[in-house]
Amino acid sequence: MGLAQLKPERVKWLKAALFALCLIPFARLAWLGTHRGLGANPIEYITRSIGWWTLSFLLITLSVTPLRRLTGWNWLLRLRRMLGLFAFFYVSLHFATYIWLDQFFDWQSMLKDIAKRPFITVGFTAFLLLIPLAATSTNAMVRRLGAKRWQRLHRTVYVIATLGVLHFWWLVKKDIREPLIFATLLGLLFLIRLVYLRRRLAASAPSTVRSQAA
Amino acid sequence: MLIKRPAAIPPSEITSKGLYLKRREFMRASAALGAAAGLATAGIWLPRSAHAAAKLPDLRKSALSTTGEELTSYKDITTYNNYYEFGTGKDDPSETANKLRTRPWNVAVEGEVGKPKVFTIEEILKLAPLEERVYRMRCVEGWSMVIPWVGYSFSEIIKRVQPTSKAKYVQFTSLADPEQMHGIKMPILDWPYVEGLRMDEAMHPLTILCVGLYDELLPNQDGAPVRVVIPWKYGFKNGKSIVKIRFVEEQPKTTWQLANAREYGFYSNVNPEVDHPRWSQAKERRIGEFGKRATLMFNGYGDQVASLYAGMDLKKYY
Repeated sequence: MGLAQLKPERVKWLKAALFALCLIPFARLAWLGTHRGLGANPIEYITRSIGWWTLSFLLITLSVTPLRRLTGWNWLLRLRRMLGLFAFFYVSLHFATYIWLDQFFDWQSMLKDIAKRPFITVGFTAFLLLIPLAATSTNAMVRRLGAKRWQRLHRTVYVIATLGVLHFWWLVKKDIREPLIFATLLGLLFLIRLVYLRRRLAASAPSTVRSQAA
Repeated sequence: MLIKRPAAIPPSEITSKGLYLKRREFMRASAALGAAAGLATAGIWLPRSAHAAAKLPDLRKSALSTTGEELTSYKDITTYNNYYEFGTGKDDPSETANKLRTRPWNVAVEGEVGKPKVFTIEEILKLAPLEERVYRMRCVEGWSMVIPWVGYSFSEIIKRVQPTSKAKYVQFTSLADPEQMHGIKMPILDWPYVEGLRMDEAMHPLTILCVGLYDELLPNQDGAPVRVVIPWKYGFKNGKSIVKIRFVEEQPKTTWQLANAREYGFYSNVNPEVDHPRWSQAKERRIGEFGKRATLMFNGYGDQVASLYAGMDLKKYY
């Protein structure tokens, strides 16, 4: 028995290990923060680092399905919710850093920021859109919404990830290399999905024609 | 506390350098105690590590220095840098600028001048009495420092080369050597880095030619061996590691203007009322402090420099 079929017991362990792994970026910042490791501008460091990890977790979550299809490891799907919720965990920290550490609850300045700064408008929108996805992540919510509607709602994640990359792109002063890497990876993940979608359509279309002919 | 020591210290140096560092530590510690125990201050306070820069003798205190502000720590000034020739990360310059060779070093002063001259760095260091100039430094990104620069008014250079009546602007060109500056290999900006000033801005006594920091020669990551500092403008106007100063008739095209003219203008005076198209310039975070403070018009030097821009629409000439 290879990796294609993992016993549920094994998946459970894997999930626990992954959970610990996903907390490392947070633990690292906490350690740096208590050991004078955040540099001359700690608030900027924290904001950037958590933002970077939010985007990374979004992309990691989005790579579960392509990876499952390419490898045939169906158990990967059982890790997706947790990864998505970690993206939400980090974006919440990112947002909290902004309103608390960066703006220090200066609501007026924040409202102005959100309305006037495209990169903040875009980032804030992505954060808002992610809230319903996190809220409907439980099994009970999937049942209540019905699989179809749930799936349709959760496709918003494509918009969210795109806005997230745009948020990063618009904030850098000149060196766009890192946002470009995120954009490329996201594009790749979209492309894989398109390929599978086309294949599915191609597989279903001729059969319709045939059934009509028969 | 972590104090990095250089690998080899000649025996003759040990006592004096050690004592000197201790004195520095003591001064720093007293300053720290005096400062309000802000969360961030306490969190990032670190002693300055031992380093190789030579102490500059007989510095004059300048009456043009900013007073009543707490100095940013040497460590922060030398580890949080924008110097894209050495990489775009804030910690890149302090990690890689040691490759820069600052001797021999020449600065060619040329263009619309009666007496063009190539100055050696030794000549520049002795051209006029060195002064300590404490200035606020406001980065266009929204953070600021208070820095004890060492240098003298740039007008000292101007006097010696005698600009002609055609000289309307001064253009500063920085070194661009891919052998010493790995960032140059990336087409992030148009190298070499070029900055410029209007003649009256260059003549202004606050504009300095800077060779030192905290009583010592400039560390490489802060623009060694010679740079300009114009305290009422955003930090990127302060060209570093200058190799050429050219007096010209036409307004020079500066590097950040070429990169994005809508976001970075020729004047780039600190102005809380004119936002960067993508972020607000109304406030700034002083490095070492937790909260933000209001940004001052002309970075607080309005009394001295506002008259240079009388009648100009600063929204248009940003």
